[in-house]
Amino acid sequence: MSTVAAFNKASPLDALQRWLPKLVLAPSMLIVLVGFYGYIFWTFLLSFTNSSFMPSYKWVGLAQYAKLLENDRWWVASKNLMVFGGLFISISLVVGVLLAVLLDQRIRREGFIRTIYLYPMALSMIVTGTAWKWLLNPGLGLDKLLRDWGWEGFRLDWLVDPDRVVYCLVIAAVWQASGFVMALFLAGLRGVDPSIIRAAQVDGASLPSIYLRIVLPSLRPVFFSALMILAHIAIKSFDLVAAMTAGGPGYASDLPAMFMYAFTFSRGQMGMGSASAILMLGAILSILVPYLYSELRNKRHD
Amino acid sequence: MATLELRNVNKTYGSGLPDTLKNIELKIDSGEFLILVGPSGCGKSTLMNCIAGLEQISGGAILVDDADISGMSPKDRDIAMVFQSYALYPTMNVRENIAFGLKIRKMPAAAIEEEVARVSRLLQIEHLLNRKPGQLSGGQQQRVAMGRALARRPKIYLFDEPLSNLDAKLRVEMRTEIKLMHQRLKTTTVYVTHDQIEAMTLGDKVAVMKDGLIQQFGTPQQIYNDPANLFVASFIGSPPMNFIPLRLQRKDSRLLALLDSGQARCELPMGIDDAGLEEREVILGIRPEQVCLAPEQPNGLPSIRAEVQVIEPTGPDTLVFVNLNGSKVCCRLAPDCPVQVGDNLNLQFDPARVLLFDAVSGERLGVVGNPQAHAPKDNVAQFKGR
Amino acid sequence: MTKPLASRGFSLGRLAIYGTLLLACAVYLIPLIVMLLTSFKSPEDIRTGNLLSWPEVITGIGWIKAWDTVGGYFWNSVKITVPAVVVSTLLGALNGYVLSMWRFRGSQLFFGLLLFGCFLPFQTVLLPASFTLGKLGLASTTTGLVLVHIVYGLAFTTLFFRNYYTSVPDALVRAARLDGAGFFTIFGRILLPMSVPIIMVCLIWQFTQIWNDFLFGVVFASGDAQPITVALNNLVNTSTGVKEYNVDMAAAMIAGLPTLLVYVMAGKYFLRGLTAGAVKG
Repeated sequence: MSTVAAFNKASPLDALQRWLPKLVLAPSMLIVLVGFYGYIFWTFLLSFTNSSFMPSYKWVGLAQYAKLLENDRWWVASKNLMVFGGLFISISLVVGVLLAVLLDQRIRREGFIRTIYLYPMALSMIVTGTAWKWLLNPGLGLDKLLRDWGWEGFRLDWLVDPDRVVYCLVIAAVWQASGFVMALFLAGLRGVDPSIIRAAQVDGASLPSIYLRIVLPSLRPVFFSALMILAHIAIKSFDLVAAMTAGGPGYASDLPAMFMYAFTFSRGQMGMGSASAILMLGAILSILVPYLYSELRNKRHD
Repeated sequence: MATLELRNVNKTYGSGLPDTLKNIELKIDSGEFLILVGPSGCGKSTLMNCIAGLEQISGGAILVDDADISGMSPKDRDIAMVFQSYALYPTMNVRENIAFGLKIRKMPAAAIEEEVARVSRLLQIEHLLNRKPGQLSGGQQQRVAMGRALARRPKIYLFDEPLSNLDAKLRVEMRTEIKLMHQRLKTTTVYVTHDQIEAMTLGDKVAVMKDGLIQQFGTPQQIYNDPANLFVASFIGSPPMNFIPLRLQRKDSRLLALLDSGQARCELPMGIDDAGLEEREVILGIRPEQVCLAPEQPNGLPSIRAEVQVIEPTGPDTLVFVNLNGSKVCCRLAPDCPVQVGDNLNLQFDPARVLLFDAVSGERLGVVGNPQAHAPKDNVAQFKGR
Repeated sequence: MTKPLASRGFSLGRLAIYGTLLLACAVYLIPLIVMLLTSFKSPEDIRTGNLLSWPEVITGIGWIKAWDTVGGYFWNSVKITVPAVVVSTLLGALNGYVLSMWRFRGSQLFFGLLLFGCFLPFQTVLLPASFTLGKLGLASTTTGLVLVHIVYGLAFTTLFFRNYYTSVPDALVRAARLDGAGFFTIFGRILLPMSVPIIMVCLIWQFTQIWNDFLFGVVFASGDAQPITVALNNLVNTSTGVKEYNVDMAAAMIAGLPTLLVYVMAGKYFLRGLTAGAVKG
């Protein structure tokens, strides 16, 4: 083949140029293979060992998973995640969509208002948690404010109430993320073809019903990406719990991310901590895989 | 200036995949203008990228001035290219765009200055030198892209559909300008297009491509008058050649094509006598300008009456559509031709100009008459009956 | 979508829309206002007043005490954030350049593998990463944190640049190659100069992510190497001594101000980063 001969003719510098793209990408490939997949596999291995304060590689099979599933604190954390995730996601979506639709009505100073809705997203969850911990402080926070303002019987002590402390997390998380949902949907609304709305108006539909029946259903992709991101935030939530409640009172407000940290790094139960991390990965995959699947399928249909 | 030769060039993107280029053989002389034309996906742009060195060929050789360049990197091939999207560097102004390739090649600053001045004078873009590409119109960007190629004074210019992003009027203007530029500079040029008018007007040589194969390689006149197969015949020409599927018959030891307009019939004698063609399914091809109105006085050529279905006046011509053997046939008549829909016209064509193609393979059958013997222009004039 | 819900001009519907929007503004702003008010109050004032009462005496004592406690950690965060942001952005730009303009067999697969990093729950890599940092002698150092942030920021930075460069016509690269430019010349002279918007997006995204990080900070750093988020959390959740809410709030403001300032100054790029990560990530 003449091309083979031709390659030989190429100068070493040319050969280097040919390899440069691969060379440049190589460090990142190594990072991804080792730092992402290698480490996941390592954690996966640890979850089958009896590692405690130090890693050990004594195989114990599924014992750590069994222990985890018998652990009451894990179940509290999982149940909390369900409650927290469900409420956080649905309230953020409702608030975000509502604000987006209202903001889409040719509002004066819209840019300014949008900036206000979105700023919490720039803050660390630790800052958010600190602020809301103070706002929800029983005795000095909103509790006292509303009483000072004349609502004599008002009590707000959810932060120390084991049954209600999860709702405090929900309030703070919604405050932080709903503006982001608003921004996503507002961008989506701006992308809707105005002639569709005009066509519906000609057909005699009222504006609220145009939004409910035509515009919002056409934003399905935005809805799903918002859902994905919110679910992702919920599952990874760690800083908010750490700052607001540290899992307390007791472990009433524990979330899996907090559980994993506590068992792995404070209580010297690396094996069980790894098992909980793997279950968290499973939870994310169980949302991610169907989402990606439907995305790819839609793309093929386009 | 240089000669360019492609020897048995092949390109494949991996075993199992169909070849993108199959055994491409081409040779053009120094200073010639070669057109690669074909529908999208035919491999013409891949072939151009291979010549430029932007893609590696899988087999064969590319020779410039008889030296094999197929293993060289693009920068060493001394080839410049004008892209469909112009590919002007958006952050550089026009001057920097033109000078970039020269700077990379470490040309002295004074020489670069001189070269930029020469090129911008040539293309009349001196007043644009300090602008960014985003501030230029499509036509101006086109000029700058050409200027960038010209400044390098390469052995070969490549043009990749350079006019397809321009509006119709500008496209015609730039086409003439490219032709003028080539006549003046006489640089070997390869020009890719899917526009058959560009192919006909610009090229010294035309290669018609389809499915990675060269269907025909020749001068524009050869391609137009003497197409090698049904594909080339249908691709070149606007409005396109008429095709009438039929079966040849034999009568009095002559081969005949029987045409039927629904109200009249006509026996069209074929100029050839090949026993193999009898009773064969063929496609008869005739260009619209070769169908004309029969004169008042019979001239000995066969004619047929047909009803006018649709009239499309285009300005320089009037296109009239009739039905022959169930196929729509376009006739290109003089613009002042007084026809109405529903009129019956007496149409005539020269059997010597009719082409025959195999209905299955699309290959050209026997050479009917000898198209090259006619000077095409006289023929058309005569047959239009103006 | 520009047609208003209610007919234009002054109407009840319109009033209700503005009312709801302004109420929402108040809800979003109150925590910030409360933080600011509280941070300037004296502890005495905090006990007697309420969240929204104006300080009896405006005092900076909370801010001074807060800075004494977390100021050092603030500089830790700067030392971690600046190099990590710069390096991960640069790496992301190079990766994006290769993945869009110099694709090779397997590069798409690599991109797919990398993308998963956007969703990776970091809990699954914490232990191996801490073992590795220990082996490298980087445990509990700001350098170690820089490294970790570079590695786990790579997925997003690469995604940003790759998607941006995919929309750049590759004819530009081909033209430059014919002009004789090589891999790095094309990157430095042609692509980088036209990447200013996405560089801004990427810098701001990485800055907020890394500055706001708590998980890596609390796991990989201890003592003097801690970033400000960890220091703030320690301050707020300490159970010893009398709670000084003015100090807590001032410290929270100190931790939040850098990202808030960036947001106010470059909100456009901040939002683009969020949505770019959202739509594609």
